[in-house]
Amino acid sequence: MGGHLNVNHLIFLGHGALWTVGLSVIALVGGGIVGFAIALARISPLKSVRLASAAYVQLVQGTPLLVILFLGYFGLAAIGLQVSPLVAASASLTLYVAAYLGEIWRGSIQSVPKPQWEAAEGLALSRTQRMLKVILPQAIRIATPPTVGFMVQIIKNTSLASVVGFAELMRSGQIVNNSLFEPFVIYAIIAVVYFAMCYPLSLFSQRLERRMGRGRVNLAPA
Amino acid sequence: MSIQLDFPAVLERWPSFLGGAVLTLELAALATVLGALLGTLAAVGRGTHSALIATACRIYVEAIRNTPLLVQIFLVYFGLASLGLKFSAFTVAVAALTINVGAYTAEIMRAGFEAIPRGQIEAAEGLALSRVQIYWHIILLPAVERVYPALTSQFVLLMLASSVCSQISAEELTAIANYIQSDTYRAFETYIIVAVLYVVLSLVMRAGFWGLGLVLFPRRRRLGTPL
Amino acid sequence: MQQNAFSSEPIVSLRDVQKSFGPLKVLDGVSFAVDRGEVLAIIGRSGSGKSTALRCIDRFEKVDGGEIVVCGHRVDRPDVNLRALRQDVGIVFQSYNLFPHLTIEQNIALAPCAVKKMATGQAKELARKVLAQVGLEEKLHAYPEQLSGGQQQRAAIARSLAMQPKVMLFDEVTSALDPELTGEVLKVIEQLAADGMTMVMVTHEMGFAKSIADRIVFMHRGKVHETGPASILTSPTTPELIQFVGTGNLKS
Repeated sequence: MGGHLNVNHLIFLGHGALWTVGLSVIALVGGGIVGFAIALARISPLKSVRLASAAYVQLVQGTPLLVILFLGYFGLAAIGLQVSPLVAASASLTLYVAAYLGEIWRGSIQSVPKPQWEAAEGLALSRTQRMLKVILPQAIRIATPPTVGFMVQIIKNTSLASVVGFAELMRSGQIVNNSLFEPFVIYAIIAVVYFAMCYPLSLFSQRLERRMGRGRVNLAPA
Repeated sequence: MSIQLDFPAVLERWPSFLGGAVLTLELAALATVLGALLGTLAAVGRGTHSALIATACRIYVEAIRNTPLLVQIFLVYFGLASLGLKFSAFTVAVAALTINVGAYTAEIMRAGFEAIPRGQIEAAEGLALSRVQIYWHIILLPAVERVYPALTSQFVLLMLASSVCSQISAEELTAIANYIQSDTYRAFETYIIVAVLYVVLSLVMRAGFWGLGLVLFPRRRRLGTPL
Repeated sequence: MQQNAFSSEPIVSLRDVQKSFGPLKVLDGVSFAVDRGEVLAIIGRSGSGKSTALRCIDRFEKVDGGEIVVCGHRVDRPDVNLRALRQDVGIVFQSYNLFPHLTIEQNIALAPCAVKKMATGQAKELARKVLAQVGLEEKLHAYPEQLSGGQQQRAAIARSLAMQPKVMLFDEVTSALDPELTGEVLKVIEQLAADGMTMVMVTHEMGFAKSIADRIVFMHRGKVHETGPASILTSPTTPELIQFVGTGNLKS
């Protein structure tokens, strides 16, 4: 029993916040790599590849992240694969983020105007060359604001890793609360910390979007 | 090590799964309707001349959009409790989800309002429509039609996010799954079934919104083009 | 003016109207009047203030000074009843501004139902009538985007007509149209003039202004430089109008 909120509690929460950042980076990098593959697969010339990647996206986007986390942690353990909370959370978030980033990036690639593709083809560039030299450089510009916006979703979503016992910010808060039992105060502090991490990214994303001159709303899994 | 999956052992609990799915739909439906109202009000509020109201609406939207739903649910749950107010977990869940989706709705509706050309409003003023009539016929209805796809995607995401309410033991699909898996020790099978049910629910919602869109927007039904 | 308030009162009158956008004086003592059944055309270069003057009549712009009376409404006063004013005045814009989410019939019926509380059946009847007037009956159930620019503008005129205004304002209504589509719109306006509608129009179509207008107001840099019958275009007196008609604006 700690009695009152003290410096040690705050240091503990700070530690959790660092893990929130760490897990977010893992999810962004992992989800980014898999997501890029998904984006390319979604516009593959092979129909079977297109269908398989579309099915993947539909399945993941139709399932709550919480259930994916349970599958990755309790589910795998139940069939004899013991994984640590960090591994389970990283793997689940990677698969989840990949489905969303894959769709955002596919949209960005496809929104490069048709004449650009045709011009590249007319110059006898190979498919890979067209992609690397003509389409992707333009698609990256289009993709940047929604990608930054989605990073906010990733940070918020890592809070669900607390449910499988991974001691990021949310879980750290629950642990502190178990000794103090001041839930409202502690969760308010945690909310403020999340806000401090997310809001600058939100602003940055909005600014990027405005600079690109498009008023698209970005969707967010709460 | 042999991996044995035993779906029949879990599937015999199908009435519970089905009941959970229905509860999740109810939770999502309530929060969608209430959140749509709240969000529309907040979007209107952000556009008013009163700096106080506009700022309050902006703070609400930004605070919600930049914090996790899980934290919001706990804050509502313990916040109400610390005020001495006792509500069922389901009621708390509806309240928290409403507050959450209201902020996203507000942002989407605001984009819809901003897309209405100035000339539309002038034309309506020229026809002597009142402020309320202009807001309803020329701003709100076309804005909803324009952002309908974004709105409905958000509502499907809300349904999926409602699984988080299991953390305050609100009765819904994920909470019931947690109960079944601790009862049967068949976690993998249970969560696979639940995942499938969520996929089905999201497809059902999409189909429902698509149909509703046809009923609500005759222009879209006939021309098939976005506004 | 006070002695006979009814018969001889002009429908629209502007006296010494002043209006600035920031440091830019767009209307500098503008005065003119429009009598019942009269067609007045305001001409001038872009930036001369002619569109602003027109928009002041329906109070889409507030004036800084001077007096504007429209159908008995003191438009320059802050307490003017805008909804009453706009029931008496119809306005047609350069960019049509039809409501894209409503059919043509709904576009036309909206204001009669919402403002005049007309019954739906009656409003539909009215929509058919005014559409016939502009030759578009067959487009009753079409959406705006299914119509050509000229048809959209005729539908917008019909929408204004349905409110049975006492005066109609036309703000460069053919400027956004391809030349081959302007004819059908001008024909509709001509017919309205023949039916005795009071109209104020800002236009670039000099030939049309000359043939239809009872009186012409020439504006330059926020001032009215010349007013008179269409003949002032062929025998201008002020150097500004001489230059304006001399630059080939009279070609059509």
